[in-house]
Amino acid sequence: MDAILLQILNGLDKGSAYALIALGLTLIFGTLGVVNFAHGALFMIGAFCAVTVQRLLSFSFVTIDETKTDFLGNPMKVKTPYLESWFGPELGASIIDWSVPIAILFCIPIMLLVGYIMERGLIKHFYKRPHADQILVTFGLAIVLQELIKHYYGANPIPTPAPEAFKGSFDFGVLMGFDPNAIIYPVWRLVYFGFSAVIIAAVFAFLQFTTFGMVVRAGMADRETVGLLGINIDKRFTIMFGIAAAVAGLAGVMYAPINSPNYHMGMDFLVLSFVVVVVGGMGSLPGAVLAGFLLGALESFSSMNEVKALLPGIDQIIIYVVAIVILLARPRGLMGRKGVMEE
Amino acid sequence: MSKSDVTRRGVLKTGAFAGTGLALPTIFTASSVAAYTNAPTGGGVTLGFNVPQTGPYADEGADELRAYELAVEHLNGGGDGGMMNTFSSKVLKGNGILGNKVQYVTGDTQTKSDAARASAKSMIEKDGAVMITGGSSSGVAIAVQGMCQEAGVIFMAGLTHSNDTTGKDKKANGFRHFFNAYMSAAALAPVLEKLYGADRKAYHLTADYTWGWTQEESIAAATEAVGWETVNKVKTPLASTDFSSYIAPVLNSGADVLVLNHYGGNMVNSLTNAVQFGLKDKQVNGKNFEIVVPLYSRLMAKGAGANVKGILGSTNWHWSLQDEGTKAFVKSFGTKYGFPPSQAAHTVYCQTLLYADAAERAGTFNPCGIGEALEGFEFDGLGNGKTLYRADDHQCFKDVLVVKGKENPTSEFDLLEVVEVTPAAQVTYKPDHPMFAGGELGKCNPGA
Repeated sequence: MDAILLQILNGLDKGSAYALIALGLTLIFGTLGVVNFAHGALFMIGAFCAVTVQRLLSFSFVTIDETKTDFLGNPMKVKTPYLESWFGPELGASIIDWSVPIAILFCIPIMLLVGYIMERGLIKHFYKRPHADQILVTFGLAIVLQELIKHYYGANPIPTPAPEAFKGSFDFGVLMGFDPNAIIYPVWRLVYFGFSAVIIAAVFAFLQFTTFGMVVRAGMADRETVGLLGINIDKRFTIMFGIAAAVAGLAGVMYAPINSPNYHMGMDFLVLSFVVVVVGGMGSLPGAVLAGFLLGALESFSSMNEVKALLPGIDQIIIYVVAIVILLARPRGLMGRKGVMEE
Repeated sequence: MSKSDVTRRGVLKTGAFAGTGLALPTIFTASSVAAYTNAPTGGGVTLGFNVPQTGPYADEGADELRAYELAVEHLNGGGDGGMMNTFSSKVLKGNGILGNKVQYVTGDTQTKSDAARASAKSMIEKDGAVMITGGSSSGVAIAVQGMCQEAGVIFMAGLTHSNDTTGKDKKANGFRHFFNAYMSAAALAPVLEKLYGADRKAYHLTADYTWGWTQEESIAAATEAVGWETVNKVKTPLASTDFSSYIAPVLNSGADVLVLNHYGGNMVNSLTNAVQFGLKDKQVNGKNFEIVVPLYSRLMAKGAGANVKGILGSTNWHWSLQDEGTKAFVKSFGTKYGFPPSQAAHTVYCQTLLYADAAERAGTFNPCGIGEALEGFEFDGLGNGKTLYRADDHQCFKDVLVVKGKENPTSEFDLLEVVEVTPAAQVTYKPDHPMFAGGELGKCNPGA
């Protein structure tokens, strides 16, 4: 029982990442009709926003410590962050320690801008082209973006820790009457789940309760009629592309302490996120979120030793097996709309 | 009146055939003397450096390439000579190899066996490389070693730690300076027993490929030999990025030690995940929970940040050693590039010098001659103390370092501290050891 509860928790944070990426993918597909294979790269850029902020906050000046030597036997060059010099060692170190949450503020405008440039500069030229062309160009863009990141940041993962206050793990087992250590879960992963829930709720609220959102939803349902009413729907859809990029970026920023960012992390999530979108139903925002959490939980369950003892290798294929079963039973996915990608 | 059938055309034809016939035995004789692949001509010799220039191990590949370039510079008489000055063999004079200026070509393995074989093949067939060296993965090393055996060139392996490279997949044309999984385990187990006690329960997470399998087999056997119990062995897919679902069950398993048979990105992520779950701070069976990473790499440890603090592992070499060879290499490399070399850089630099030295001693670039010169060769001064290139399996036997993630690093390079230098005798095994059984060295292939 405790093992099952533990895997449910595991599924929540994996599902959160899938849901956030799939939500952005669905927003772009639902508004612009573009299958964006560069969406994983946006997640990766978000994570590197956290790396960049950490480096900016840690920007240091060098002093020579004659009492110590470096690896060549020369006097040691000691780096002191400017923040520690300006605000004192404790406050300066605390600000650096909080670089990941601070990066959220930095990430939003950056990702909106990246999304805007990507849409206006490249993707808009492919609206009337077949989906295969869109996939090829966005996949190519993803490769270019990840190679750029590798060029500037290197191929090795870069540690980007969570603030000290969120380190360690929380013992759910004790709360629920199990033995100590039976169900422990890292605090930051719980934060990640809560953060994802807030972002998902905010996106839904934005679409549901604002005039802008209402127009966008109307445009998603019938773009032509909204256009005939004199509304510049293209401009709103461009803004939605930026918002989708920001959602992916935020997912990446907060994911940075979970796994050290590397240039390839976007590709690791991309394929599974597409499966999530298809299982949820092309164009369905609630479907993307539901499928994200469902497949995240299934992936966790299938990693249990007891399950793998029965079905070796099931953890590697479970998502695809479930996707096949769901699509056979419900060809439009869990919450897919009629007419989407069916013409 | 006589009529002659002799014509000018007929004389020329006959002469040509006769000339060819007379010359034929000489051609075959000359060919058989220098019959090996890519015999150097024109005063230069080309070496092929096959390293990951793209992909997840690109930073490690870049460090290997720096060391290769430094070795070539030293062999051609440039720089301060580095470890050529401390090497116990004194035949290298800084005038290239056998009087030929050393040139090099590079290939990108991408850490993929197919790509690595293709780039090695291209360097041999198009660029005329007489030796191939490099690699940052056992899968790649084994694939390229097999290819070099077929092509008739020497393969001087780079960073490859699987027992199989000089075990069941060993080849007469292949040579490994780097240590292996068995040696890591043999060095680590006594230290683990001394620090953590003999009554321990270990849970293994293992990368699901050749290196992971041999690492798991070796460390499990070595720890069981000192009294530890192996609670579980779980294989994790090489492509895994999040290990939380594999780590979550560890605390419920009754284990009090987690052994991460992971390398590279796998190690960074699994160790980070394990620390996130608070494993390092837990008490199980009345003891502190411990994590062990049998194979450490400083470049990779950097990716795990502060999570490596206090974690035990092993390494082939570390820049902080104080022997003359290490000091010379670190000075040379550090002066040129501004930071200390990694163990990957060290092993490929050594391999390049060892190849050049063998060619000088053999007086030929013929792979069979070089193989003979390397087999049973004992040397010193290359940073690992006295070392033997064993003839039976082409594996180097030398001291192994047991290291620990440093609690208070003084710089970004100062991540590991040496806990113990395990003598070579303690990590030496018989050539027919069961973990290395199943393959034949075979005969050297000179190619051509």
